[in-house]
Amino acid sequence: MKTALVTGGSKGIGKAISLELGKDCKVYIGYNSSKEKAELVAKKIIDSGGIAEIVEINVANNNSVLTAFEKIESNGDNIDILINNAGVTKDNIFPRMKEDEWQEIIQTNLTGNFYTSQRALKNMIKNKWGRIIFISSVVGISGNKGQSNYAASKAGVIGFAKSISKEMGSRNITSNVVAPGYIDTDMTSSINDESRENIIDQLSIKRIGKPEDVANVVAFLSKEESEYITGQVIAVDGGMTT
Amino acid sequence: MEVNDVFEKVKSLFVDELGIDESKISMEAKLEEDLEIDSLGIVEVVMAFEDEFGIEIDDDELADVKTVGEAVNLLHSKI
Repeated sequence: MKTALVTGGSKGIGKAISLELGKDCKVYIGYNSSKEKAELVAKKIIDSGGIAEIVEINVANNNSVLTAFEKIESNGDNIDILINNAGVTKDNIFPRMKEDEWQEIIQTNLTGNFYTSQRALKNMIKNKWGRIIFISSVVGISGNKGQSNYAASKAGVIGFAKSISKEMGSRNITSNVVAPGYIDTDMTSSINDESRENIIDQLSIKRIGKPEDVANVVAFLSKEESEYITGQVIAVDGGMTT
Repeated sequence: MEVNDVFEKVKSLFVDELGIDESKISMEAKLEEDLEIDSLGIVEVVMAFEDEFGIEIDDDELADVKTVGEAVNLLHSKI
């Protein structure tokens, strides 16, 4: 049985990914502040006959990442599948954006993936097998008003993932990006009804996305059967970007 | 640890981790040309050594390493 780590695995898209992977992997649910929520996700997996644990991991902090991996390894586990999902937003119209608003988003959403991926690759290289899946965003492909920092971080992830795919292909390690569109989560709950309707208008599939829509694609990319797919960006966005 | 012990250690890593034919491995063998080790293969061996002996090898030091013997001597000086 493969072992997966889902950063930001207790809420939203990360929760759906944890639950889906929990059907045939051992899952470590990474949490930063939401320990109780992580425990609930783990319980749900265990109640369905799966294996899950929770692990504290603040991806913005390399020491926290290293500690989390040490904990996982002291349990006798190695991460075969890394889901770089943890992310934050701090929106502001660019002329007013403060440098710390920029830095914080880049640190968590981009540099955080550097910490987790480099650490996870140590064992993947040794085992000659691995899956790294980055959760980017359509915003990283198309840009968005008020989200220049977030868009930059999510676009950065794409170039990062593609480079890793070229370096690691010879070791059966794939690196892919899933770019969700407008998905119903806490992160998008502040968008008002009128804006929602406008967004749906522009989609080919006339509904807001569900976290499970994203989780299903991530689950496939984490499997053995996806071995010939690497360095790709798959948008799960109801046709927002075509 | 003697130079020859380090050589034996390197040899077994090359055979076990990278699947290289043992008979090809000598102190004079060139890593890229003779043993066909790619850059990631070298990184793999370096990481394995760093873990095993608790040493750190800088990329600058690695830049001059072209043969098995040079790798062995570098590791020997660190351990």
